[in-house]
Amino acid sequence: MKILVSLKRIPDPEQKTRFKGNAIDFSGTNWVPNQFDEYAVETALRLTENASAGNARDGEVVVTTIGTADAGKVLSSALAMGADRAIHVDGADENLDADIVAQVMKKLVEAEKPDLVLMGKLAADSEGNQAGQLLAGYLNWPQATFAAGIEVVDGGKALLVHREVDSGVETKKVPLPAVVTVDLRIVAPQAVKNGKTAATHAYAEGPRYASLKGIMAAKKKPTAKKTFAELGVTPALRVKTVAVEAPPARKAGIKVGSVEELVAKLHNEAKVL
Amino acid sequence: MDFTLTDEQKLVAQTARDFATRVLAPKAAARDRSGEFPEAELHALGDLGLLGVNVPEALGGAEAGVIAYSLAMQEIARVDASVSVAMAVTNMVGEVVTRFGSDEQKRTHVPRLTSGEYVAGAFALSEPQAGSDPAAMLTTARRDPERSDGYVIDGAKQWITSGDRAGLIVVWAKTDPKAGGKGISAFLVRRGTPGMTTGRHEEKMGLRGSTTVPLVFDGCRVGADALLGKEGEGLKIALAALDGGRIGIASQALGVGTAALEAAMAYAKQRVQFGRPLAANQAIQFRLADVATELSAARLLALRAAWRKERGEPFTREASMAKLYASEAAGRACDAAVQIHGGYGYTREFPVERFMRDARVQRIYEGTSEVQRIVIARDLLGAAQQRDAQAGR
Ligand SMILES: Cc1cc2nc3c(=O)[nH]c(=O)nc-3n(C[C@H](O)[C@H](O)[C@H](O)COP(=O)(O)OP(=O)(O)OC[C@H]3O[C@@H](n4cnc5c(N)ncnc54)[C@H](O)[C@@H]3O)c2cc1C
Repeated sequence: MKILVSLKRIPDPEQKTRFKGNAIDFSGTNWVPNQFDEYAVETALRLTENASAGNARDGEVVVTTIGTADAGKVLSSALAMGADRAIHVDGADENLDADIVAQVMKKLVEAEKPDLVLMGKLAADSEGNQAGQLLAGYLNWPQATFAAGIEVVDGGKALLVHREVDSGVETKKVPLPAVVTVDLRIVAPQAVKNGKTAATHAYAEGPRYASLKGIMAAKKKPTAKKTFAELGVTPALRVKTVAVEAPPARKAGIKVGSVEELVAKLHNEAKVL
Repeated sequence: MDFTLTDEQKLVAQTARDFATRVLAPKAAARDRSGEFPEAELHALGDLGLLGVNVPEALGGAEAGVIAYSLAMQEIARVDASVSVAMAVTNMVGEVVTRFGSDEQKRTHVPRLTSGEYVAGAFALSEPQAGSDPAAMLTTARRDPERSDGYVIDGAKQWITSGDRAGLIVVWAKTDPKAGGKGISAFLVRRGTPGMTTGRHEEKMGLRGSTTVPLVFDGCRVGADALLGKEGEGLKIALAALDGGRIGIASQALGVGTAALEAAMAYAKQRVQFGRPLAANQAIQFRLADVATELSAARLLALRAAWRKERGEPFTREASMAKLYASEAAGRACDAAVQIHGGYGYTREFPVERFMRDARVQRIYEGTSEVQRIVIARDLLGAAQQRDAQAGR
């Protein structure tokens, strides 16, 4: 199976956001891979290896990002985790929105012809949750979003995708090729079943660490560079930034004297009871 | 001059940090209390390549270099110094066999050290009456009278880190007791070799998740293939290994010192006395500033020593300076952190108490602070002087 995975770097969610004028100040930002994209890489690796036979590779994982040269470093960590090769599309964050990302991805899919596109369910900075859906629409491919579990079925021709919904787990069968976006649970020890790794195999929870060997090997893996022009995409932003402002500071709390007073306040002021 | 790390070095540090936070942190305090040996954790370090960071790929190492090793050591020690000391000795043993071993010895032992199959490596130099002065060792290795080749080792080693767990132990012994330091040889002894027994575990102040044991050799027979390097080269091999080892201990000290500083900062921001956080007092701010400055200086010393070693330049003096300064700075960092925590810092409720106990030994092992000063002064005043004047060191 050949899988294309997209990655985005985002400001470290544990770092405090700083503002400068009518914009976010990124000067001191520590950039990290979007966690859901890391889960997508882990999912892709689990789908293309036999963990019961020394992690023998069985398929290809191509990782891609759209960003500046510096943003391209997010690809090295994916290659170090085990992805086979990378495509870096040159572009600056301020010229991107979910629609442009989906258009670029469409071109890459047409060139690479993967069996599956895996993406994070959203980027934890903008929380857009659109790029995967838009891409499936542009490709006219089936899609399954928020995957919490994936099983390869029909001899590799389709996937059963389990999604957590309010009422339980919903299972969708999607024929390949398809676009799937992944949620947190996809990196649970037994969330991915590829039909080759023993069904009883339990992975360590979470995306795998880049081993030192993986890090050193990543240096030798190919990264292709592409531009919007080469891909034939003319970026036209559909999302406009109107204003950027910090959320209002939280007001200090109050101490209540008794349970009765608490209940009264919850009822009369907060109106939650 | 360029202080930027390569992408690979950053990724190695990131992997070590992720592993330390996700796997080591949850049980570090519990291991300190129970004294449980981190066997599974060492295996995981082997899987990640952290047991042979600066060992060639062909021998199962990561071949990521000395700077990457220092960074990884800082990250592991920042969370669990006990695990980091076993990691340090294993890396040191892997490197010493790589450098001085025969092809056969390298092929046999190094991949087993780096993969974790040997669990750990051990380094048996110190003896009950020979610590700072290893040339005074009494352990002997005489030619085996019952075989044409091979040796019989007799004597006792003291303070051997992971000595009860390690699959491979480098043992120093006198093959020519009359020749002093020039009569010492190094041997590769497999765990379970008859005639080698483990004594009672030391009850230590800190590093309680690491084992420290005496080893007793009573007619312990090893083959000629156990000899590392040539007869009489032992002390040279030990000192060369310790030069590199000191970069590891400097990095370990930095890790613990950094953990202490981070804990002190977090506490100072959150603890309120006299109606404001401790961190609002300039006296506290200055103490934190001093600790941060010293740790930064220590980091530069450690990375410079690592950088010189990586480039194949002499680094004995730099490694000793780094080890001396970083271990002393870490001690002061822990002391400040406990002080800033007040009474809570003196209890097991907060990790700074463990950091302080773990940091203390860094001024003692792999050469005490006094021994580092001896090494630095000898290099400073000795034959190196002229060369330095030319090199502008
Ligand atoms: C937890 C732990 C783990 C260890 N692990 C290992 C290991 O894996 N392998 C191994 O071989 N050893 C190991 N050691 C031993 C360690 O390296 C020695 O303890 C150290 O070298 C000091 O030797 P000593 O304890 O005999 O002290 P001594 O040499 O007796 O020194 C006592 C004091 O006198 C000072 N002193 C000695 N000579 C001089 C001098 N000429 N001038 C000024 N001051 C001097 C010393 O600095 C020290 O302060 C370990 C020790 C500990 C505590």
